[in-house]
Amino acid sequence: MGKCKAFRRAVFSAALVTGVASVAQAQDIAVRGEMVYTMAGEPIENGVVVVRDGKIAQIGTTVALPAGMRLIQAKVVTPGLIDAHSTLGLTGMLNQDQDQDQFDHASPLQPELRAIDAYNPKDELVDWVRSFGITTVHTGHAPGELMSGQTIVVKTRGNTVEEALVRDNVAVAATLSSSARKSGGKSPGTRGKMVAMLREQLIKAQEYKAKLERYEAKQASGDGDDEEGKVLASEGKAPPTRDLRLESLVDVLDGRMALLVTADRAQDIASVIRLQQEFGITVWLDSASEAHMMVDEIKASGLPVILHPTMTRAFGDHENVSMETAGKLAGAGVPVFMQSGFEGYVPKVRVVLFEAGVAAANGLGFDRALKAITIDAAKLLDVDHRVGSLEVGKDGDLALYDGDPFEYTSHCTATIIDGVVVSEGAH
Amino acid sequence: MRQGMKLVVLALGVAASAALALGANAKAFVGAKLIPIDGPEIDRGVLVIEDGKISAVGAEGDVSIPAGAERIDVAGKVIMPGLVDTHSHVAGGASAADGSGPIQPGVRIYDSINPRASGFKRAVAGGLTTLNVMPGSGHLCSGQTVYMKLRLAETPHTIDDIMYLNADGSPMGGLKMANGTNPQGDPPFPGTRGKAAYLVREQYIKAQEYAAAVKRATNADGTMDASKMPARDLDMEALVEVMEHKRVVHHHTHRADDIMTVLRLSKEFGFRVVLHHVSEGNRVADEIAAAGVPVSAIIVDSPGGKLEARNLLLATPGIMERAGCNVALHSDDWITDCRLFLRMAAMAHRAGMTRAGALRSLTLAGAEILDMQDRIGSLAVGKDADFAILDGDPLSAYTHVQETWCEGVRVFDRSNEQDHLYAVGGAGAGHDQEPYLCCYDHDNGVQHLNAEAN
Repeated sequence: MGKCKAFRRAVFSAALVTGVASVAQAQDIAVRGEMVYTMAGEPIENGVVVVRDGKIAQIGTTVALPAGMRLIQAKVVTPGLIDAHSTLGLTGMLNQDQDQDQFDHASPLQPELRAIDAYNPKDELVDWVRSFGITTVHTGHAPGELMSGQTIVVKTRGNTVEEALVRDNVAVAATLSSSARKSGGKSPGTRGKMVAMLREQLIKAQEYKAKLERYEAKQASGDGDDEEGKVLASEGKAPPTRDLRLESLVDVLDGRMALLVTADRAQDIASVIRLQQEFGITVWLDSASEAHMMVDEIKASGLPVILHPTMTRAFGDHENVSMETAGKLAGAGVPVFMQSGFEGYVPKVRVVLFEAGVAAANGLGFDRALKAITIDAAKLLDVDHRVGSLEVGKDGDLALYDGDPFEYTSHCTATIIDGVVVSEGAH
Repeated sequence: MRQGMKLVVLALGVAASAALALGANAKAFVGAKLIPIDGPEIDRGVLVIEDGKISAVGAEGDVSIPAGAERIDVAGKVIMPGLVDTHSHVAGGASAADGSGPIQPGVRIYDSINPRASGFKRAVAGGLTTLNVMPGSGHLCSGQTVYMKLRLAETPHTIDDIMYLNADGSPMGGLKMANGTNPQGDPPFPGTRGKAAYLVREQYIKAQEYAAAVKRATNADGTMDASKMPARDLDMEALVEVMEHKRVVHHHTHRADDIMTVLRLSKEFGFRVVLHHVSEGNRVADEIAAAGVPVSAIIVDSPGGKLEARNLLLATPGIMERAGCNVALHSDDWITDCRLFLRMAAMAHRAGMTRAGALRSLTLAGAEILDMQDRIGSLAVGKDADFAILDGDPLSAYTHVQETWCEGVRVFDRSNEQDHLYAVGGAGAGHDQEPYLCCYDHDNGVQHLNAEAN
């Protein structure tokens, strides 16, 4: 193993620190629900979920609870909900310059910006969404620059991002829509230029990757060293100068990160499909307002769709948005996920439960809507070994409701993360 | 004038039906649950409409259906009054005042609305039949609002086709004012709250003097002495209308101290005012109730987005209701989508508003705010036949508006493919006018309508 690989591994190990969520406050707790949607098999009537040391220890209908164990009851119990795409923690509640960290406008191409360096776990909107049962959020740099930065998966608790973190370096956020367009002679000024710039960067990353691999091959074969064992600084005999931007894109080329591309117009969706086919990378199609006009093409591409919030406003690139798109995509067999998205004004954050509810009532249906914000999202984000369903060994993340969670008039009565009750009442 | 012709036709219709007395123009909606708003809900009711008005309403068996009436079976459905949205920007960029100054009461949004804008089609898809369409909050006074009646059975040719008009043919509406951070800016816009109130007082004092000059020019017999009349001033005329209670002020205001400033100015100059948004209305609910000033509130799905909305609570409408305020809700479309106006009432109920109060906040409370409680807002005999037919409870997420009727004519039918498009969205459904660009804020790369803003 060459030195280069060693340094890359160092980079990744720093980056891959999985959230060692503090369970110091976790108490053993039991939850009984008249209906428990485990999302791992049929719902359980009058089910009990026992959480010990922050993990689910037992699920059943006849569970003997130790004396003194706290029991919380609810009409409906679900896994903690997952928001498949947000900018929570980067787009702070006040919407003032000092709490907005979703963009740096110095360059349209900054895939090297990490979300762990920007996420504020103490923003009040984190508390807000979790009071409705959202326990896991895929968040990071926002749509609106060609490549604005990276994303992470966090829990909606923790004093530090390290405590909140579930998965780092999840995706690079890219945008192929009018919102990434620049005026005044700056690039990208057109859609053609946007795609050209993305292709140029990915090709550069391919070349960078080839250089790394040539160097590693030489190191492995031992012929990259001079007589004293030092690496020669000529082509293939020394690692390329480190380039954080290209390193990030090599992660995309290698599938360690997805390329999350926000595109709304049908023509932009077609560009995303074309880009994916050219580079063979993992692409998540994001927002996709006109996906209902491109169902066959999207299905053929195999791309998953993290659909715009159902209540997205119909103007600009979103003017043809439909509340029925989630149902149409799911009905056609396209994997579809729900998000709160990015809001520049009011409401500063959407609540993915509410967005899924409107989709449920407009063709997606209860079962698929609930799957989209639990186990399906967990699988897409590659965190299903920890969250997304109620199964023994998984994190003790639960959402409790006094009725159908999608009903406007139901309340979230408690939210539990890693066995800690983080919200109670009637939200 | 189409409107004039319609009135003539309507008058003839009334005469004809009175002459025949057979209810030939009547329609009876039979079997639905009725939510009259001004009385208890009726499980199986009958609603009879005739010549654009409600002619009977009550429980099945208690209401005699005219012999000639068309019977429409609506068993299993729910009928409630057409929704009244007291604060909307749905026409997609309609505006009044421009960037030249902070106080422009003479400018009318009436002159900038495209009656063909798809937003109106979306509004009826949400069960709305009456809108107060307003200019934005980027000014201390951004101009005159319009009260619109969504007669969309045919494509409107001019805005008058979908307007509430006064007896003299002039458009009905209020006056939009705002305080807090939205109207702040570089001079001549105010830089502080104190300056904002000063600028407003200065103009109202000028208007008092203008009114006094007009009075001095008025002879004892009511004729005018042209030599004494001040030069006509459209801005002053509008403010005088406000002070003479011919026009209501619709005042954007969020923070508790800003709300109190509105009440203070309203008292000083004697204008009638409706408090809009009132994000911190929970903090001064008793003061609002004591002032007897109605409220048009909004619920959005999270607090923040701007400093003055940081304390926004879902519970605020309910708190104000309990304090005794007359609380309406509004969509502020595009801030929230007016097709989901029922949802807002449901969210208010979720957070503590009574069910009756929540349903009233979409209908009769709004009618009162627009001074039209004798004409709309409830299912009552003599009122306009404006109503929505739903397939379930109005506060359920799974309920959809099936039909909307305005003055006895169906203006939305979800089973119609084109209407369905406006109800859920899709290709062409969102094509409104382009927004006016003066008050766009491109910060953070996002276009948001400061001028139209909540």
